[in-house]
Amino acid sequence: MSGIWVVLETREGSVSRMSWEAVAAALQLSAIVGLPISAAVIGAQTELLAAELAANPITQAVNKLIRIEHPLLGEYTADGFSLSMELFFATEKPSYILFPHSYQVRDYAPALAARMGQALIGDVIAIDDGPVFTRQLLQGRLNGHYRHSGDGPCFLSVQAGAFAAQTEQAQPASSATEVTLFTPTLTPEKIRTKPGTPFRAAAQSVDLSAAQRIVSVGRGIKDAEHIPLAQQLATALGAELAGSRPVCDQGWLPAERQVGSSGNTVAPKLYLALGISGAIQHLVGMKGSQCIVAINQDADAPIFEVADYGIVGDLFEVVPALIEALNAAKQL
Amino acid sequence: MKIIVAIKQVPERDARVRIDANGQWSPEFDQQYALNEPDAYALEEALQLKEKHGAEVIAVSVGPERVAAALRDALAKGADRALHLQCDAVGSLDALGVARLLAAAVKPENADLLLTGLQSEDLGQGQTGVILAELLGLPHASLIVRVEKTESGFTVKRELEEGWFQCIEVPAPAVLTIQSGGNKLRYATLMGIKRAKAKEVRRIAATELVKLPAPTAILERVTLPLKQKSTQMLTGSPKESATALIEKLKQEARVL
Repeated sequence: MSGIWVVLETREGSVSRMSWEAVAAALQLSAIVGLPISAAVIGAQTELLAAELAANPITQAVNKLIRIEHPLLGEYTADGFSLSMELFFATEKPSYILFPHSYQVRDYAPALAARMGQALIGDVIAIDDGPVFTRQLLQGRLNGHYRHSGDGPCFLSVQAGAFAAQTEQAQPASSATEVTLFTPTLTPEKIRTKPGTPFRAAAQSVDLSAAQRIVSVGRGIKDAEHIPLAQQLATALGAELAGSRPVCDQGWLPAERQVGSSGNTVAPKLYLALGISGAIQHLVGMKGSQCIVAINQDADAPIFEVADYGIVGDLFEVVPALIEALNAAKQL
Repeated sequence: MKIIVAIKQVPERDARVRIDANGQWSPEFDQQYALNEPDAYALEEALQLKEKHGAEVIAVSVGPERVAAALRDALAKGADRALHLQCDAVGSLDALGVARLLAAAVKPENADLLLTGLQSEDLGQGQTGVILAELLGLPHASLIVRVEKTESGFTVKRELEEGWFQCIEVPAPAVLTIQSGGNKLRYATLMGIKRAKAKEVRRIAATELVKLPAPTAILERVTLPLKQKSTQMLTGSPKESATALIEKLKQEARVL
């Protein structure tokens, strides 16, 4: 067994923010289980990445850095990544392997874990003594506390925003981080899928990230015919209208107005959530808002966990009352 | 073409969460269930491919007796037959265990395409489809919003983060996990419901399929989430709470 490994992901040639959070989670796990931390980067050219890592103070806590490098790893494929990491980790035999819970990791980490006879404990939001790993169930209505059992490596992925990458104290500097190159045996026929170049959908006609105030609607709006009610409130507040994934999936609002992990990340001064239950995919897109208001019929809805102000009630009664009060105030 | 769709029955979205005295939660504690919404989109994709290209669509699900209702619903919407992998303790399996059962059951079908929703609305692990591909030795792609058949396989549109997409060429046979929103969901028609009664639902005991090793990811207990902020709850009539809210937003939060 060789301790805790963190697999770092890159975004636009740099280590992604979520990857630093995974390092922060590894530090916390290391404090509990007393094992050293190593990190891995993967790609066709990883030298610059390794240099970026070595320059970050948090890397003081990382005693080994491995560059998994091969020309066939230039663009992400599930086959290339899972095969390369399987080859590496099969000889390394870690106790724990941590990943950021990104779309990319969701695409290959379960397969990699399965190859090693393991089930990934995904989307972890807390690590406590045991170690016990907490992840959310029922769209955020429950926290599930998981334990890993058996001899194989424990695979974990860490939810965005759950572990603070910046405030985490770096541990005492270990001896200079050792950087090693690992070249997996890969051949083109092992990579069965052909990925195309990423693209953005249509030209954006609204920039939600620049909005000062946002009124956002969820399933509670019930039907497309009620969208104008939310629009009236938005107009009265001088706000942009946005929605949760199900609302955009139904076509009640255009996809470019979707807030959440698959849509926009916003941080306005005011975020008013109408009939949004607050599944984690939505919360990650708006919890940085300065002031969050939730109006929902269900007092147990997870949106109230992040709200500054809450009204439990029928939005079809509360919203007209809000519009009326706002318009009355304007006439004074 | 033969298409397999793996579907899951999950507790009704707005049902009250039940935890027992030992801090345990199980899907069996609930009384009302629905078809997992991402799986409904997977089924819809299969039915549209069937309408375009001709296909046999087979729905498969793991779970106790209650799961038969979800399979019947899939048949009513247009699936041709169903496999019910009977397992009373589905809540105690990890994602690898569920995928092992599915793999053992669907392997002999030699399907051209296997679809499932990208994640479940109860456990939300989002792993079953990806592991299923691994166990069957098939290529996969996840978070797919559009599937087009090509000569040798499929061109799929994969959702990336923050509004980005990517097209991927995947050779058949393949496993795809379907993201919501790519299609409009259909309802079962009366005729469909009637026809479903005559369609085959093959019941297979999970214990006869494959001997599962002990799970490695174990849900020990559950708790209610802690509040991250202290929320001021505004009460009273709609008018009173609305007036109070605007006052707070102006005077306290200073965001109006």
